[in-house]
Parts: sequence; C-alpha cells; structure tokens
Amino acid sequence: MKRKHKESLTSLALLSPSLITLAIFVYGFIGRSIRISLLDWDTFRKFIMKAEDYVGLENYISLFQEERFQTDLWNTLYFTLFFILGCLVIGILLSVLLNNKPKGNYFFQNLFLFPMAISFVVTGTVWRWIFSPGRLPNDPRGINLLFERLGLESLQWGWFTSTFSFLNFNVALIAVIVAAVWQFSGYTMAMWLAGLRGIDQQLIEAARIDGASKWQVFTQILFPIQKPITLSAIIILAHVSLKAFALIYSMTGSGPNNVTDIPAIYMFEATFRSNRYSTGSAIAIVLLAMVGVLIIPYLVNSFKEDGQ
Amino acid sequence: MNKKTTKEKVLTYLTLILFAVFFLVPMYVLLSTSLKSFSNVSIKTMWQLPVDYSFGGFLQAAKELAPNVINSFYLVIPATLISAMLGSLNGYVLSHWKFKGSDILFALILFGMFIPYQSVLFPLVLFMQSIGLYGSIPGLILVHVVYGLPITTLMFRNYYKDVPDALTEAAKVDGANIFSIYRHIFFPISIPSFVVVFIWQFTNIWNEFLFAVTLTKTQSQPITVALVNLAGSQVVEWNVQMAAALLTALPTLLVYIFFGKYFIKGMLAGSVKG
Repeated sequence: MKRKHKESLTSLALLSPSLITLAIFVYGFIGRSIRISLLDWDTFRKFIMKAEDYVGLENYISLFQEERFQTDLWNTLYFTLFFILGCLVIGILLSVLLNNKPKGNYFFQNLFLFPMAISFVVTGTVWRWIFSPGRLPNDPRGINLLFERLGLESLQWGWFTSTFSFLNFNVALIAVIVAAVWQFSGYTMAMWLAGLRGIDQQLIEAARIDGASKWQVFTQILFPIQKPITLSAIIILAHVSLKAFALIYSMTGSGPNNVTDIPAIYMFEATFRSNRYSTGSAIAIVLLAMVGVLIIPYLVNSFKEDGQ
Repeated sequence: MNKKTTKEKVLTYLTLILFAVFFLVPMYVLLSTSLKSFSNVSIKTMWQLPVDYSFGGFLQAAKELAPNVINSFYLVIPATLISAMLGSLNGYVLSHWKFKGSDILFALILFGMFIPYQSVLFPLVLFMQSIGLYGSIPGLILVHVVYGLPITTLMFRNYYKDVPDALTEAAKVDGANIFSIYRHIFFPISIPSFVVVFIWQFTNIWNEFLFAVTLTKTQSQPITVALVNLAGSQVVEWNVQMAAALLTALPTLLVYIFFGKYFIKGMLAGSVKG
C-alpha cells in the first residue's frame, strides 16, 4: 500500500512539468480571457490603467447585437455546414472508389491527401489568385478568365467579392469553402478508407449473392458500420472550421460588408488592431463555448468506450 | 455482366481523374506561374504554361524569405524534439503508471488540443511580454511545446497502451523503477512512434500561423507570416508570390512525399481513439 502511494507520487512528479504549464497556458489563460471579457477594457487607456470595473455580460450583449458579429455567426454556420458536407461526400466517394483497388490506387490516395500536409496560408494564397474575379466584364482574372477562354462568360461572377446573400448565406463564402474542402476532403477519405479496410469482405459478398445492389451494400452495410468514424470526422471537421482563421485571413480577409468574416478574424482585429480587448475576449469565449459544446461530449464518449 | 463491369470501371477512373485534376489545379497554377519570367507574368496568361522558363521568381522569393526560412527551422526543430520527448514521458506514465485520477488528468490535458487558441491568445501575449519572451523565437518554441503536449501525449499513450502490463510488472518484481523501465523497455521500442510524432509536429508547427503572427516581431517571423505579408503586398509580382508559396510548402511536402505513411498515421491518431 505504501509502495503504491510512493509510485503515484513519482508518476505525478513526472507529469508535473506538463501539468503545470498546461494548467497555466490552457486553464489559467482561459480564466483570464473570461475575466477580461467581463471588464470594460475597450480602450488602450483602460487597459493600461488595469481598470477593475466589471460590466457583467454587457460585452456579450452588445456583441450579439452587432451586425458584424451576427454576420460572423451566419458565416460560421454556413461555412461549417457546407465544408463538412463537401468533405464527407467527396471523401466517402473517393474512399469507396479506392477501396476497390483500381490501378494507380496509391497514386490517387497520396494525391488526394497531399493538401493536408501544406499550410492554410499556402492554400489561401493560391486559391485567392484562382478565385480573384478581376474587373468584369472586360478584365477578368482567375477562373473568370478561364471561363472567358472557354466561351462560358455566363458563369463569370464576383466570387469572394460578391455581396449577394440568400437566407443569410453570403455566396462569397463559396470560394473559401472550395479551398477548405480541397484541403480537408482527403482527411475524410483516409478515415473512411482505414475503416473500410477493416470490414470483412465476406459480409459484403454474402449480401451481393443475396441480390443486394452496390448502393444497397453502401447504405445498408457500409454506412452503418462506418457511422462512428463518420461522426468522428464530422466533429473534427466542425472543430477545424471554427479554427479556420489562417485560411480565411490569408485568402480573403473579412471581405466587403464582412461577407467572408468569421468570429476568429473579428477577435484578432478587435484585440490586436483596434485595442478592444474586452470585445475580443468575449468573442474568444463565445468561440470556446461553441467548440466546447462539440468536443466535451465527444471526449466524454471516447473515454467511456475506452474504459469498457 | 461483363459489359456492366467495364462501364463501372470507366466511371471509376473518370471520377478519379476528375478529382485528380481538381487537386492538381492549385499546384499547376503555383508551378507554372512561379516559373514565368517577370515580363511573361501577365494576368492574361495565368492559365498558360510559361513561354520562357525562368527561376527569377524563385530567386527573388528565396532572397526575401531566407531569414524567415531560417527562423522556421530554428523554431520547428527544438519545438518538435521537446514536445515529442515530453509527450513520450507523459504517455508512458499515463498508460503504465496510472494512479487515482490519472484518467481525469489525461482528459484535462487532451482538452488543450481542441480549444480555439483565440481563447488564450491575449493573456498569452501579455504573459510572454511579462516574462520577456514576446517577439522571440524561444518564446514561440515554448508556446508550441506547451500546446503540442496534448497531441504528443495522446499519440504516445495510445502507442504504449498496447504494451502488455505483464512486461512492466515483471520488471518491477526484478527491482526496476519507473525510470529504468522507461529507459530500457519503453524508450527503445518507441522509435516508430517518435517518427510519427516528429513528422506530425514538424508539419503542424511549420504550417502554423496564428501564434506566429501574434507573438513575433519582424526579425523573428517564421515563413508563414512572411508569406502572408508578401502576398498581401500590392507591389510584389505574381511569380514571386507563387514561388514564395511553393517555398513555404516545400519542406512539409517533401516530408509528406518521403514519410507519407507516418504522416497519415499521425493524422488518424488525432481523432482521439486512434
């Protein structure tokens, strides 16, 4: 018993450098952000004076009343939705095709995954050039130029500079979504492929002999088996999309009328460009809450399964 | 039956090739633009191959980015090594020297991997200023080590989990302690796991932008920040911008090409269950 106690202490001592730094850098700093979000530090003077006047939830209330922040929330919603949908559809399609082991299997697999290895800022820089619309109709650029060469002028539009919106969906986001899906659909593909390789082929063959079509095999067998993997992919992708700061910052920035703005960019600008520290912190905490709603049940669930 | 499978094959390849084109378009634009000469780089010809190939864009980009490339290596190598080492220790303790509450501690560590870093960013800047590490590469190394701990701990823990407990129990009976068991049993079998973690951390820290842009000054900026500054400037030619983007992507692309298998392992390990 005594030995066990000593062992625990040694374990704890070995973990302590990591535990202490994480306690400060994660939990301590989150606590401090929460505190700042409850203060009135929206000018440089108040910040320097370290004024301790709490304003309660006022920063949050005014934040949610701001047009820019409301736009940000809609943008996040639609961006996340279409980003996840795009990655799932393309990733699952590619994984099912590659699971049949066509010729060039490995080449294709590596090709579809390589964007995962490069920086968001590289992706943003390249896709910005591809989607920059130029001055229509006389001076098109990027894709619009390609459309002109192919005689498809009717497809030309302003891409990420367009301020058109439909049911609060800013269509300018399409360009950003395409870039993000380009980078992350390989991830879903790899996750699905890893799962598919573990499925017993006899199960599928038996179903085929019983007269099931390929589509039925997919919807009745593959998809249910892969449900936990799909769910993991959805959560990870949703979490990526809430953190997509670097991609959007380097590709389009906030855009005209904030059409491609997201809370992460607003937070960055509020805090580091206009000295609105309390507003910036409030945005950060809203972001944290959104991620928490997503991740905490996922972590709890993972641990439960782990323990069994 | 035969006709049907042929049709299916054609459809499969058609789809795969279509997506291959989609995935290659940005690479085509990057390569063909960056290889154009300054006089040939007009917007009107952006979809065409260069008429006269030139490395002028690359030379210009390399000249502008050289200090940042060096900064990135100074940042990435120590941060990768330290975060892997600590992750290995943590993973070892959390998988084979469990104690009451260690699983909860592990969960609390893991949470740090999922937080949006915006939620710690401003206090982090203030903290780095107060300890005098703001704007320096060692400061950025510290930050990447700390926020890299959750993922490296997770990866090593999942790897060590499969080592049978009987092995450690037997060594304990022989009088080995927590350190000697790590040194003689766990560390030597960890090489594959270290490779995965090294590659994952190298790629992530090289590619990182948010910490880099908020915690550095001009002379300590890593390459991702320099690329964004360069690409945002109106006076820099397109061929230089694209060459700069390629240079930024090159180290991690090479790692991917040569160690793709390990990169994918690391990527899949990030989904907690691994």
